[in-house]
Amino acid sequence: MEFKFEGRLKLVTQVLMAVGVVALVGGFLTDTSDHHNRWWANLLINGFFYFSMALAALFFYALQYATESGWSAVLKRWFEALWGFLPWGAAVIVVVLLAGKFHAHHLYHWMDHTLYHEYMVEHGDHVHYVDEMEEGAVLNPNFDHVIAGKKAYFSDAFFWIRTLVYIATFLLFARMFRKWSLLEDEAPSLDLHYKQYKRGAVFLVVFAVFSSTLSWDWIMSIDTHWFSTLFGWYVFSGMWVSFMIFTNVSMLWLRSQGYFKEVNESHMHDLGKWMFAISMLWSYLWLSQFLLIWYSNIPEEVTYYMSRVLGDYKVPFLAMFFVNFAVPFYVLLARDAKRNPRFVIPVAILIFIAHFVDVYLLIVPGTMFDHNQFGFFEVGMFLGFLGLFMNRTFATLAKAPLISKNHPMLQESMELHY
Amino acid sequence: MSKIFHVMYDDDAVLMTAAKDLVGQGVRVKDVFSPFPVHGIDPVIGIKRTRLAICSFMFAMTGTSLALLGMWYFMISDWPMNIGGKPSFSLIENVMAFIPVTFEFSVLCGAHGMAITYLLRNGTLPGMPATNPDPRTTDDKFVMEITTDNNSMSSDELESAIRGTDMIELSIKDA
Repeated sequence: MEFKFEGRLKLVTQVLMAVGVVALVGGFLTDTSDHHNRWWANLLINGFFYFSMALAALFFYALQYATESGWSAVLKRWFEALWGFLPWGAAVIVVVLLAGKFHAHHLYHWMDHTLYHEYMVEHGDHVHYVDEMEEGAVLNPNFDHVIAGKKAYFSDAFFWIRTLVYIATFLLFARMFRKWSLLEDEAPSLDLHYKQYKRGAVFLVVFAVFSSTLSWDWIMSIDTHWFSTLFGWYVFSGMWVSFMIFTNVSMLWLRSQGYFKEVNESHMHDLGKWMFAISMLWSYLWLSQFLLIWYSNIPEEVTYYMSRVLGDYKVPFLAMFFVNFAVPFYVLLARDAKRNPRFVIPVAILIFIAHFVDVYLLIVPGTMFDHNQFGFFEVGMFLGFLGLFMNRTFATLAKAPLISKNHPMLQESMELHY
Repeated sequence: MSKIFHVMYDDDAVLMTAAKDLVGQGVRVKDVFSPFPVHGIDPVIGIKRTRLAICSFMFAMTGTSLALLGMWYFMISDWPMNIGGKPSFSLIENVMAFIPVTFEFSVLCGAHGMAITYLLRNGTLPGMPATNPDPRTTDDKFVMEITTDNNSMSSDELESAIRGTDMIELSIKDA
């Protein structure tokens, strides 16, 4: 069966995208923050949030192959559909990083090259920065000892090579998996399956490293002085759970429209279990990071949480954690609740928004400090990107049959019974 | 005279087919004894879903409450402690430090409570007398128990229905 991307769904995504365009233009014109930081920060937040969901779909797909999982074979095409947004999200992130590089905004403090040199020599109105004391040089008031120590990691060449390698790797793997998956439909072959299995395992290894380092490079580096070794896992669990929520709700909707008839109640139960379990993983990692920093109370570490737990962001930060942990835990714990859309859908929508707030609070306190504004612009951007994300996902979904034909574990998946 | 039938099968798939067959003829199966869980047999013979998970949740919540209560008493009320400069004398400000212990204690109570409830409910605590009709059901045989007491059929009708399945042994006892 083929999915047709048309009618109300297409209209809804287009309306959302139009809202996004209005927010994008209107937001830029009305943005009074320094360097339009508010506008750029929101571009990064939304670009990253939706990109990471598409990325989590790629990861989950590779995970299913690497673990030889049978249950998810009928959902395979849905995961592939989510990759439709990967290039778009990557483009947004690259634009934000490039704009930072050329000082159009000041989200990344470390992109200021004056921080890295201890001395400076003034020649009239031109300032020349040097590392060693020399004739006529004075101390550079902008010099930042901590950031200068990270000079090698943040050097232009290394940073851009990393960023481009992440994106290229993800796009290449997605393209390869998709190509083989479509090929399998036409020519049944176990070789293809084993190729996917092997590349899936390779991808997991690559992803394990890249998901950590990309979250340091793109997100953690905003709070340049601060670091947390758990950060990569934390961001990764966040992207995984957002992806699971989106999958669960979309699958409920698609089934109600008569698509994906092969996806039965047990699959929905399993998706609910994933949503529940990864919510717990996320909460566990949130707590692990917070608990250690709170307990040891070292100034260089607690700065991150000072603004989030004691400062302006106290209410959304703690409310976000409460919602993301307690709501899925207490509501979705029971078996029957996971199988009942009347429980799943409200919880899913609530924690989807709360996970967006999580990404928002990864970025905003380090870029807007205590002059943050929240208004129609933020909401419009969220909705606009949601529209684009859905538009790309469903358009990609319509490009191939919904159920792959020759997956060796397809029968097992269709007969899934818990 | 009420009778108890113990029907033995040597394969779980055969047992499933037989159970479906008998239930289809209106026979009510009282219980099945098997060396391992037979998936899908519960709804066939009309066994209600277990409420053990609800029990476990309640045990775990008891654990959570006890742990927090204990920590409040030990660390805040009875002998206030200040460790590493943390503001003391307040449960809410210190609760972060108590979360790992609370979590562990909840798991401990949930798991032990569930295991003990399970063993008690099944009568399988160590030292309790075995209730399975044939010791071979702990090895590689499956026994279905059917009684005339909870069936409206006569014992002859039941017996002929039972003999129609692919069984290997039948023992009939007076209840």
